[in-house]
Amino acid sequence: MAECSFGLVGKGYVLIASDTSASRSIVKMKENEDKIKGLGPNLMMAYGGEPGDTIQFAEYVERNLRLYHIRHNHTLRPASAAAWIRRSLADSLRSRHPYSVNLILGGYDHTSSMPNLYWIDYLGTMVEVPFAAHGYGAYFALATLDRFHDPEATLEEGLETLKRCINEVEKRLIISLGKFMVKIIDRNGMREVEL
Amino acid sequence: MSIMEYNGGSVVAMKGKNCVAIASDLRLGNQAMTVATNFEKVFPVTDSLYCGLAGLATDVITLRERFRYRVNMYTIKEERQIEPATFAQLVSSTLYERRFGPYFVEPVIAGISKKTGEPFIAAADLIGCLNFAKDFVVCGTASDKLFGVAEGLWEPDMAAEDLFETISQTLMNAVDRDAFSGWGAIVHVITPEKVISRTLKARMD
Repeated sequence: MAECSFGLVGKGYVLIASDTSASRSIVKMKENEDKIKGLGPNLMMAYGGEPGDTIQFAEYVERNLRLYHIRHNHTLRPASAAAWIRRSLADSLRSRHPYSVNLILGGYDHTSSMPNLYWIDYLGTMVEVPFAAHGYGAYFALATLDRFHDPEATLEEGLETLKRCINEVEKRLIISLGKFMVKIIDRNGMREVEL
Repeated sequence: MSIMEYNGGSVVAMKGKNCVAIASDLRLGNQAMTVATNFEKVFPVTDSLYCGLAGLATDVITLRERFRYRVNMYTIKEERQIEPATFAQLVSSTLYERRFGPYFVEPVIAGISKKTGEPFIAAADLIGCLNFAKDFVVCGTASDKLFGVAEGLWEPDMAAEDLFETISQTLMNAVDRDAFSGWGAIVHVITPEKVISRTLKARMD
């Protein structure tokens, strides 16, 4: 919960931001950890939760989606990938050792030319949303996004909204999360952007 | 904190004269925090049969997929569409399969029989105990309020338009008194000829 990630959809792109701290209990171990994984050319995923589970699950998803790509010569569309990831978590929930991982999944669907954003939690709850947030930061970020999010916003406006969210979390949350990493997916693929 | 109230949401179904209606709210929450306001809980099974699922959202999605699979298998094997009463038994047995580790979902079924043209509604608890009602069925976090309003508004032998008005007012007035349901609603009125689906302009606070 002491981790925080946001995502939002704009005109032709999806942005995902995540904090970059790796911590155990009250100790910060690292402050430049990349917690947004690219899953093929048009999909990315911010992950948080139980350390160990997060990386294990993210790599499991990454390799399975890569396998699908190799076998079928095309990648899964974001909606299908999201459904597969959700089912993995839902099945895991009722196993002996469930993964405790919360995800924000962003992708660009070249078939419909639309950006997609999915909010997924460790129970396997999934919903497609215009903006999403996980962790304690969600309590502040969702209010900010309710006020300022615009699905037709340009990239500059989208980044501005994201900055507002991060500022709000830094201002009101008693835990300092350090720097945030922001990645974007649009029709040209995934890249990191500086805030 | 109950697992049935973790995500919030409510579903109601009502019988009319040669028609049935089923409606749900659109909220998906994480306890008191609203995550999404576009989470539909009512799904088509056939063109004259709908199934609503209220409860833990992960199980709502899983069960929707499971029912879709089992109904598809039935349709292929039997070479005909499933009847509402048969589907109710399918729902019941699917839930009872998990008797000692249940899906945390209460289903509501509404449809019209292709054979007899009779309207049909039913509800079940999370382990599949069926309740065949001749007036209305409710489930979800606002179920107590839904019972109250539905008891006051429902009348026998309503036509499709009256039924739409009744179920809409029932749902909206019940979820306005429940913090875990609301944020918009969707209503499906099923008649022998067609299904009318409408999203309602509800209170968003």
